[in-house]
Parts: sequence; structure tokens; C-alpha cells
Amino acid sequence: MQHEVIHVLLADDDDDDRLFFKDALEEIKIKTHVITVIDGVELLDHLLKPDIVLPHVLFLDLNMPRKGGMDCLKEIKSENRFKDIAIAIYSTSASEKDIEEAFVKGANVYIKKPSDFEQLKKVLSKVITINWQYHTSGLNRDSFLLSV
Amino acid sequence: MKFYLKYDIQKICKKVLEEQMDKLDLSYDIIGFGKAEIKESVSATKLKHLHSFLNGYGIEVVGTQKSILVQKTKDAIIEMVYMEENLPTSKISSYLSKKLKHSYGYNSNVFSDVTFTSIENFIILQKIERAKELILTNELNFTEIAWKLNYSSSAHFSTQFKNTTGLSPSAFQRIIRRRRNIDIKS
Repeated sequence: MQHEVIHVLLADDDDDDRLFFKDALEEIKIKTHVITVIDGVELLDHLLKPDIVLPHVLFLDLNMPRKGGMDCLKEIKSENRFKDIAIAIYSTSASEKDIEEAFVKGANVYIKKPSDFEQLKKVLSKVITINWQYHTSGLNRDSFLLSV
Repeated sequence: MKFYLKYDIQKICKKVLEEQMDKLDLSYDIIGFGKAEIKESVSATKLKHLHSFLNGYGIEVVGTQKSILVQKTKDAIIEMVYMEENLPTSKISSYLSKKLKHSYGYNSNVFSDVTFTSIENFIILQKIERAKELILTNELNFTEIAWKLNYSSSAHFSTQFKNTTGLSPSAFQRIIRRRRNIDIKS
């Protein structure tokens, strides 16, 4: 049971950011399986496909063309079948107001995009590890809030 | 009378597994031959029952001795965090090794291997979870919560809360309240 893979989904329109993200996850201890999409429209198309494995964690960039992170958050939160997905907002902005709004609208994690790779690895490792504890120890997801 | 039988071992095993796990009311997946997954966190007692049920059919559960120890460790930690009174006065390491009958060093290695986190971090996480519950019930103020959870001061409690969640206890409280207000309205 403990060697299960964590399914991760990332929605980010920046090519470099997607690449760094994947590289960073490859280097952390917990095994992950990553799928990436380039904006909110593609994200919802993906989630609504029949028979997909729902991600354990979804990382959402706030600023994306066509459909941004906040709209996605709202839509995903209104669907009952997505209630077990932990949602991590992944953004360059870190204003207190943005952070609080995201949490109030149902995000579980708020990540200020780190500027260097080592820091990114650290942050992602923390998020995945804590999420893993929620997943395996039956902790209460409703009050799972983490800001890094 | 002699008669001859032809049977499908896979089918039998699958059936036995299903029956025994249903008996314990577990939600599970049978992943091919010789491998199953329980899709929830299971108490050590339930796992023990499953082992002994399956043993009766000559089926042995392999590769979870470590998970059982980890589950027992988690149970012991949670029990400790939720104790209302008489929190152990001895050090946590000696409390756990006495309770689990393994050296703390061995136990903590296994724990980190399986859960990707340390016993120390898991205790902090559980204490913060307990603190969140207490914050949301609104019966105690932060100082009383700090005291109840054995923190030396409310400043120490706030610092650990912030280090673990990235939020201060009051920001956490405000956010969850606002979230609930939205839920009620919609």
C-alpha cells in the first residue's frame, strides 16, 4: 500500500515551468506520476474524460490564457466527484489577499513559485509529503490548509 | 465412490479474499494474482484479524509487517495526542518504545521508510490537526489550546502552527469561517 504512486496533475501555460516542475518531482523521494496540461480549458476537458485516474493533487497556475486558475478552482469545487482532489494553487503572486481568497474558495495549498530549482524541490517535496499523510492517515481534508 | 475435481486456484483465492475482506467491511481492490489493496487506513487490530482469517485458508500476508508496526505507531501517537489528561510525562521516544516493544531507533527507521516522514513530524502534524479541531469548535482560546496540547507557551504553539501550515492560528480560523459562510449561502 505504501508504495503506491501519487498522481499529480499540473495546469500551467509556461513551458519552462512545466519542465522544472516535472524535473523537481522526479528527484523527490515519493514516487509520482505527472500529467501536465497547458490551460484551464484543457484541464477541465481532461478531468471530464471518462475513466481517467483522478489526481491526488492538482497544481493550478493562477494566470493562464482562456481559463485561469480561480475559475478552474470554482468549477472543480462545485463537482462532488472531485471532492477528494487536493488543490494546490501555484502562483507567482503571494499577496495575503490572493492567498486568503484562494483558501476561502476551497484551495488546500498555496505555493508561491520558487525562483530556484533547489527551493522548488523542497517546496514540492513538502506539499507531496504532507498530502500523503492526509491520504494515508485519514486526516480531515476540510481543514487541510498549507501555505508555502 | 471416487471422483475427480478440476479447480481454478486463482478463482478460489480471489473468492476467499473477497469474503474475508467483506466480513471486515473493508473497501478493497484485488489487483491481479497475489496482490490486493485496502483503500482506507486500517487499524492494527483489523489487520490482525484479516491475517488470522486468511491464515485459516493457508494464505499468508507477506510484506506488511512493517506497515503493521507503522500503523501501531500512528495509533499510539493519535491516542497520545487525543488524551484528555495524564499526558505521558516521560519522553515520547521512551513512551513509544515501551508501548510498541521495539527500540525507538528501529521503529523510527521503519516509520520514515514507509511514510516518508519522521515520527517527530507526524506527532507535530497530529497535534496541529487536533489544534485545528479545537480552534474550530470555538470553545477554547489559543492560550487554552496551547496549554491543553502541552505547549510551553501560546507563542510556541503559534510558531509551530505557522511552521506547519504556513498560516497563523487566527488566519486559519478566519479562512475556515469565511469558507463556511459561503457554503451556507450557496
